[in-house]
Amino acid sequence: MSKFNLHNRYKAVVIGGSAGSFQGIVKILSSIPSNFPLPIIMCLHRLKHVRNGFVEALSIKSTVEVTEPYDKQNIKKGHVYLAPANYHMSVELGNYFSLSTEEMVNNSRPAIDITLGSCAYVYRNKLIGILLSGANKDGGLGMKYIKDKGGLTVVQEPTECMIDTMPKAAMSLTTIDHVLRIEQIVRLLNELHKLYKT
Amino acid sequence: MKDVDIADLRRITDLVKTKHGYDFTNYAMSSFKRRIVRILELYNLNTEGLLKKLLDRQFTEEFLNEITVNVTEMFRDPSFWRILRDDIIPAILLNHQKIRIWHAGCSSGEEVFSMAILLKEMDLLHNAQIIATDLDTNILEKAKKGEYTIKNMELNEKNYIRFQGSGVLKDYYKEINGKAILDKSLVADVSWRNHDLVKGGIFNKFDLILCRNVMIYFNQALQNEVLKKFHESLFKYGYLAIGSKESLIWCDIANKFIVVNNEEKVYKKIKD
Ligand SMILES: C[S@@+](CC[C@H](N)C(=O)[O-])C[C@H]1O[C@@H](n2cnc3c(N)ncnc32)[C@H](O)[C@@H]1O
Repeated sequence: MSKFNLHNRYKAVVIGGSAGSFQGIVKILSSIPSNFPLPIIMCLHRLKHVRNGFVEALSIKSTVEVTEPYDKQNIKKGHVYLAPANYHMSVELGNYFSLSTEEMVNNSRPAIDITLGSCAYVYRNKLIGILLSGANKDGGLGMKYIKDKGGLTVVQEPTECMIDTMPKAAMSLTTIDHVLRIEQIVRLLNELHKLYKT
Repeated sequence: MKDVDIADLRRITDLVKTKHGYDFTNYAMSSFKRRIVRILELYNLNTEGLLKKLLDRQFTEEFLNEITVNVTEMFRDPSFWRILRDDIIPAILLNHQKIRIWHAGCSSGEEVFSMAILLKEMDLLHNAQIIATDLDTNILEKAKKGEYTIKNMELNEKNYIRFQGSGVLKDYYKEINGKAILDKSLVADVSWRNHDLVKGGIFNKFDLILCRNVMIYFNQALQNEVLKKFHESLFKYGYLAIGSKESLIWCDIANKFIVVNNEEKVYKKIKD
């Protein structure tokens, strides 16, 4: 029915982004249905020592409230989660979050590779990974982990990115199923929503 | 990139437990696995090789150093330290002349020096009895020395400014050979001890326990167990501070505490 080749057995969507991804994220969060059938797990590079403000800024236009999870918080469908400042965020078998203050990875904490890698391990082929605009290679390996476990990989069309280092890093490391503009990513997510309704 | 599966992790934790008495069985899996992979890469080993080396006591010490995550800062979460200074410590002083403090999982000591500076600025340093513990003996030695890299001091300074201390952080250290040497008199009365939150017992009673960014490395079952120990180690109406992204609400004995400050995650024991 569609060129995205989706099914309704996915368990989660994970999104990574850095420099230049804010507008795209806002667009996505404001365009998804409020009863989205999966959890959306986001790891975005952010100022390490500014704890407040980001999640509020993302929530303003989002159809679903964005929250930063506590350590060991359960993951629920229809919720949007954001990795908190200065913590790495992982998903555990058993479908809950763990936070950690391990060393920075790719100069980042939270690091996208860590969130994506743990999601790949837990959700395997039932995961959709989306990597947006960004100025470093963080997330590239994470996308490879997702592909290696059979998940669906999506990156933002490099020409649309403010800085295309991140999606290009992923494209050079693994097979990317779909290279899409934000508007098409929104369409993909809405199509997914429809699949779960029927 | 090396990989380990759950069965390998099990074999490693079982060996360390039976042979050396450290129990990592209930550590959070995602970070524990990354730590093991890190060690395998660091020493260029596979699981078999690691298991062999773990028979050796000396190597096991090194292993402990690497398995634990020691990343820390002075005045981490400055708003927490402000609450401590403006609300919590004054509240303790209403009922106690001496303040007994336990830093559980003190790592390289930044948190302890921060506390000492806070107390000194309140002119309370000599009214406090501080015990600082960690599982990792190596990091405790580092804590006792109180020498930090200049690079880390930049962040510490920023945190101190946000904490709105009454001086400047430079008042408390000297730069020697590219290192920041903290004023040892700050921690002259601190008792540094090797203590394992998993296996260790109750050893004292406290007015305030700080255990920040330590229990995030444990699974919920272990968090529960450790919380019981903290509960026992606190005087009634004593305070427990955990990391800003941790929560107690799902623990068995959560009802024995009340939340004093939800943003900064400070709890108070209200029932024995
Ligand atoms: C990330 S540091 C936290 C330092 C400081 N409290 C802070 O918030 O910045 C975690 C510390 O917990 C210690 N730790 C881990 N497991 C422990 C255990 N079972 N008993 C005592 N300390 C432990 C580690 O050695 C490490 O130094």
